[in-house]
Amino acid sequence: MTKPIALRLNGADLAADPAGVLLWPARRTLVVADLHLEKGSGFARRGVLLPPFDSTATLARLAAAIDSHRPERVICLGDSFHDSGAGARLGEDDRSRLRTMTDGIDWIWITGNHDPEPPSDWGGRVLSELTDGPLVLRHEAQVDNPHGEISGHYHPKARVQVRGRSVSGRCFATDGRRLVLPAFGAYTGGLDVLRPDLRCLFARRFEVLLLAADRILRIPSERLMVPSPDLEDLRTTG
Amino acid sequence: MDGTHDLTATLPSTFRDWFAAKGWTPHGHQLAMLSAAQAGRSALLIAPTGGGKTLAGFLASLADLAENPRDGLHTLYISPLKALAVDIHRNLTAPIEEMGLSVTAETRTGDTPQSKRQRQRRSPPNLLLTTPESLALLISYPDAEVIFGNLRCVVIDELHALAGTKRGELLALALARIARLAPDARRVGLSATVAHPAALEAYLSRTGRAPAPDVDVVRGGEAAQAEVKILLPDGRLPWSGHMGLYAVDRIYAAIKAHRTTIVFVNTRAQSELIFQALWHANADHLPIALHHGSLAAEQRRKVEARMSRGGLRAVVATSSLDLGIDWAAVDLVLQVGAPKGASRLLQRIGRANHRLDEPSRALLVPANRFEVLECKAAMDAVRAGELDGDAPRPGGLDVLAQHVLGTACTGAFYPSELYAEVITAAPYSDLDRETFDAVVEFVRSGGYALRAYERWQKLRPTDDGRLRVSNPRVVQAYRMNVGTIVEADTLKVRLSRGRVLGEIEEYFVQWLRPGDTFMFAGRLLTFQGIRERYVEATPGGQGQPAVPVYGGGRLPLTTQLASRVRDMLEDPNLWATLPGPVAEWLELQRWRSVLPRADTLLVESFPRADREYLVAYTFEGRNAHQTLGMLLTRRMERLGLGPLGFVATDYVIAVWSVRPCEDMAALFDQDMLGDDLEEWMAESSLLKRTFRTVAVIAGLIERKLPGHEKTGRQVTFNSDLIYDVLRRHQPDHILLQATRQDAGRGLTDIARLAGLLTRVQGKIVHRRLDRVSPLAVPVLLEIGREQVAGGAVDLLMDELTEELVAEATGGTLQGSLPI
Repeated sequence: MTKPIALRLNGADLAADPAGVLLWPARRTLVVADLHLEKGSGFARRGVLLPPFDSTATLARLAAAIDSHRPERVICLGDSFHDSGAGARLGEDDRSRLRTMTDGIDWIWITGNHDPEPPSDWGGRVLSELTDGPLVLRHEAQVDNPHGEISGHYHPKARVQVRGRSVSGRCFATDGRRLVLPAFGAYTGGLDVLRPDLRCLFARRFEVLLLAADRILRIPSERLMVPSPDLEDLRTTG
Repeated sequence: MDGTHDLTATLPSTFRDWFAAKGWTPHGHQLAMLSAAQAGRSALLIAPTGGGKTLAGFLASLADLAENPRDGLHTLYISPLKALAVDIHRNLTAPIEEMGLSVTAETRTGDTPQSKRQRQRRSPPNLLLTTPESLALLISYPDAEVIFGNLRCVVIDELHALAGTKRGELLALALARIARLAPDARRVGLSATVAHPAALEAYLSRTGRAPAPDVDVVRGGEAAQAEVKILLPDGRLPWSGHMGLYAVDRIYAAIKAHRTTIVFVNTRAQSELIFQALWHANADHLPIALHHGSLAAEQRRKVEARMSRGGLRAVVATSSLDLGIDWAAVDLVLQVGAPKGASRLLQRIGRANHRLDEPSRALLVPANRFEVLECKAAMDAVRAGELDGDAPRPGGLDVLAQHVLGTACTGAFYPSELYAEVITAAPYSDLDRETFDAVVEFVRSGGYALRAYERWQKLRPTDDGRLRVSNPRVVQAYRMNVGTIVEADTLKVRLSRGRVLGEIEEYFVQWLRPGDTFMFAGRLLTFQGIRERYVEATPGGQGQPAVPVYGGGRLPLTTQLASRVRDMLEDPNLWATLPGPVAEWLELQRWRSVLPRADTLLVESFPRADREYLVAYTFEGRNAHQTLGMLLTRRMERLGLGPLGFVATDYVIAVWSVRPCEDMAALFDQDMLGDDLEEWMAESSLLKRTFRTVAVIAGLIERKLPGHEKTGRQVTFNSDLIYDVLRRHQPDHILLQATRQDAGRGLTDIARLAGLLTRVQGKIVHRRLDRVSPLAVPVLLEIGREQVAGGAVDLLMDELTEELVAEATGGTLQGSLPI
């Protein structure tokens, strides 16, 4: 993997990691968004038998990120659980892995629209949002008050064009005032960052930190390919 | 001829009178088909187009029904094309009415109204004309036993076009099912001449194997030798390019000199360009039309109807017209661009002059110098009666999964009985029980190592060991997703918010901005935007139009033609028959370098503009070359040669790098098919695309969810995400097995690449040159014109990084951000 990219938000020095997590070194904090644990079994319930390994995959990647950065605090920005039954459906191995992970770390579950009441028996504490120094961390961005806001919810994705082909991937998106994190869950799709409901959160010019293969690339918004309306979200239901 | 008379004598007198009134004598093969029918045997008719095959297929059934009128389904006719089923229905109506037979005949396709389809299940016609997908649906109803119980005969038209495809596999499984429902029904297969007739015999047999004890193979009359010529322009002959636009004036002159011409091209994009160019050349306002698979069905039917009426002088067409209705008026077939295969060329030539006793006439228009060689090779192959095409592959496990679910929709089944039935279908005759059980397990509960989904399983065991569907939703979902054709995501193109012209791929639309012009359906259009699932466009516009490119449009050169091209290159005695500029080009190559030989692999390397080039004359077709390009660049990366890119044509592969490669033997070592291939395959977008198709056909991802069909949503879950998770956590999952099986052929063509690497071990001839060789010029001209292979994302990312670094160091970014 390539190195994290440094960025500054409302005076705080942060780093976007190619694994798709945000680091706040001064606070020894790791931030991750939209794990959507047990999304696969959520689909299975409706008769679409997707491979049941998504929680395992998501937790393994999260554990690896935690191992390599050794944070003292982990903040999950909401939609950590795909639905209200997700905690109960989590397999035994995944449960114990999650418990081990939260153990000895200041673990914060921010609530999201998918998990307004995240299960509490995994350790950690549940908050609706968290203000810490210059930053405020919440699930969904608030249009009016961008300064120092870090959020998830939108699953941003971007597409660039290189020599007659396009490369797309999940991304961080920031205009220096607010930052939206990519979704981390194995089965989370994406919304193109230029789609109006996401685009309107940012200033005229902003940048994305695109995750592609195992790299992270800083790309100014002018370079992004304009998505066709109604296309992207068709493949990313749920 | 006594035997002939005896046989016709067995026909009812109304038939004999009808033949006599028409002034027809039945062809020998039609009588042989009749004789097989009387013996109650299945029959495979292999005949060139225009051999009166359809009548041969139906004659026995009509005669039987004339003598023993009855209610209920007697004969099932299956065609790969809806339009063909409709046309055959029309052709059958004539003899039925003229002879006053009390025989009912109806079509049943996706276009048949719901009420009629229900009525057909209650009281089926004597002759039912349908498609493989509609048949799969029909046998999934619990009353299938009643519908098919008295079936006497199944006629499969254009069998050569179905066998070896996923649609053909679905049909083979349906036929195995029908053999259980109607043990006495015989089968009739109608096919063009093919390279592997035994495969069709096996397909038609109820044993699933050849030689088949239950099938008579009947050969139709030989067609008159076709007259095929190469059309060359006066003067220059292009070095590269695939469109053939340079020859438009000659093409137009040929159209003018004939009654009706089909102008075949290789891709939809090419059809748009050639059509446009002909439009400009059309000083005489000849009626010329366009026909390709992305045009609205209604549009295509209109063109076909005008062809039937003789209202067109020419139609520019892709493979959308390879099969289909016979047009007697066509007296010339033009093939623009190399035909890529002898069988394909023969099929296309056969579209002209549908009479056995007159030669078909065809002109080939090579688009570049290599294509001249290829056209010549194809002509020689056709003249020698040598056909090509792949031998049939084992049936897809995704198709089997769909069939297993369909079977469960009919009613509870014993897995062992279904297994016994499935292996009587030729594509599955070698299927082992273990794999079959894995497929059933996949259908039941997903087939995952982690048994997480028992609660939501689709099939439940009954007390007596059978499996049945667990709830009605499963049946509903099956019926909505049946079939093996998985389209790329497409959007309909609508003209001024009114008429729909056809469909283009979503991928292409992403490039357009409002005001951009593009070419589609033979028109210049201006892109206005997207509304719901429609691309809104207005006629006309300014600027250089884009032409939609479609995935998978180009077929690779067949092995057989490639080998003929190689032989031609090797033997200067054969060059005399080649056009002057081509022979000179080869002479030049012999002087500057050497010519590739059939038993070795020529690799040239040379410096050019600060880069090092390597050109290998592999002749294995574009798909295998794309894979080879990915593997070579990986290896060169490791050797520290700094590969910068590659481009593949049907004939050669060119790679450019910072440093030259010294050891070609090591570079082309066959061990690249080991870890490198595995690693690349796993990451490759080609494999992901293959997985998407497999996942949809197998029913893992639903194309249409009940209740959502109107929203036009296609695949509702990003299959790449599933692929990544499954590959990591259960790499031996049955769908990944199915994916690898498919990918080994199709777009990656690994089988062919493996053959090449084995063949050339120790036989690499490396020529170090001081400049580009004459034979390498065409591929170098492709650089930049050709799109990069799907898997080349890594290289792209490097380039993007470079570009961005350059931009960033220019300092445009940071300063302007409102930080």
